[in-house]
Amino acid sequence: MLKNLYYEFKEFLRQFGALQIFFLRLLKNSPRVLFRRFGLVVQQVYNAGALSLVIIMVCGVFVGGVLGLQGYANLARFNAADSVGAFTAFALLKELGPVITALLFAGRAGTALASEIGLMKATDQLAAMEMMAINPIRRVFVPRFLGGAISMPLLAAVFSAVGLFGAHIVAVNLLGVDSGAFWQQMQAGLDPSDVYEGIVKSVVFGIVASLIAVWEGYNAIPTAEGVGRATTRTVVITAICVLILDFMITAVAI
Amino acid sequence: MQQTRSVELGTGLFVFLGVAALFFLTTQTTGSDGFSASDSFKVTARFENIGSLKNRAPVAMSGVTIGRVTSIAFDPERLQATVSFAIDSKYARIPDDSDASILTSGLLGSQYIGLQAGGSDLYLQDGSEIQFTQSAVVLENLISKYLFNSGSGSSE
Repeated sequence: MLKNLYYEFKEFLRQFGALQIFFLRLLKNSPRVLFRRFGLVVQQVYNAGALSLVIIMVCGVFVGGVLGLQGYANLARFNAADSVGAFTAFALLKELGPVITALLFAGRAGTALASEIGLMKATDQLAAMEMMAINPIRRVFVPRFLGGAISMPLLAAVFSAVGLFGAHIVAVNLLGVDSGAFWQQMQAGLDPSDVYEGIVKSVVFGIVASLIAVWEGYNAIPTAEGVGRATTRTVVITAICVLILDFMITAVAI
Repeated sequence: MQQTRSVELGTGLFVFLGVAALFFLTTQTTGSDGFSASDSFKVTARFENIGSLKNRAPVAMSGVTIGRVTSIAFDPERLQATVSFAIDSKYARIPDDSDASILTSGLLGSQYIGLQAGGSDLYLQDGSEIQFTQSAVVLENLISKYLFNSGSGSSE
């Protein structure tokens, strides 16, 4: 029993170390891919970012709208319904924007990356590339990693901006909060450092989510079941890591 | 070829949207003012104390927003705050002896300028100044006044 636990822990450490080495290899090859094979990165930005735009924008409008509703309902009790703009902006820019985008990104783009790479591995495409002296790290992994890491901050920014408009529609156009007060309270309450905190979070989450997706695909057992499991693990591990990192970054920033 | 073009177009659109959203968030651009410079006129008023009045705060008459604060400055010669605001040209017939006071909407709400109509036959125009003003109520002053009064009352 105890020995079993010891082996489990050792296996976890081994995997964690392998992930770090994989990450360093990705980073080492990143500049070369970025300058020589930029087209591949663009293709992946399209896959991970542009194709996620619809889900991000739809979710953003409704998350912003519900924040507007809740904020208005609770702030109106203190006659402070004007502050609903500041309330939504705080919630969206600092927390919900980066976190929900990262979770949606893991569900939309992360799973696609993991299953695509897992299937490449299951059908021996990676081995075939190596046979043709093509480095799969440069041809497959780095462009996908970079595409995800570039897309995620942009998606989070789109999510927050669209969310603000959703809150504006609900609070100003439906509930009758003054439009000037909505923006004015937001500008008075929000510090540039709050915006930067959100941007830092979205960059970190983008790197983590893309790394986990690519790693899980790379590490998948090359069977139909293994690819399915890798896809599930991508979402679960990304969610856990993103929420823990969110707490840590917030604790450092405050 | 067609395939690559659509990918490039989609990527371009996405990156453009993302950067535009980032720009919007960092600068907090406000595009929904509702009052453009062309159909509004500018009025100034001097206050002893503006409290926490901010730019773009509403100017209201009988509770209806008719304009916005455009600038707040300190006049070093008269040692007063000069607030200028734009009023929608639709409401051009406001008597020039109306008085302006800085009010708070609700207990914790934001501050705004409330106009109270006067009885003059002349109307406010572009560049005119409101003579009668009332400063913002500062909570600390109120409390100290209350304490002072109740203190003197008990000693009598």
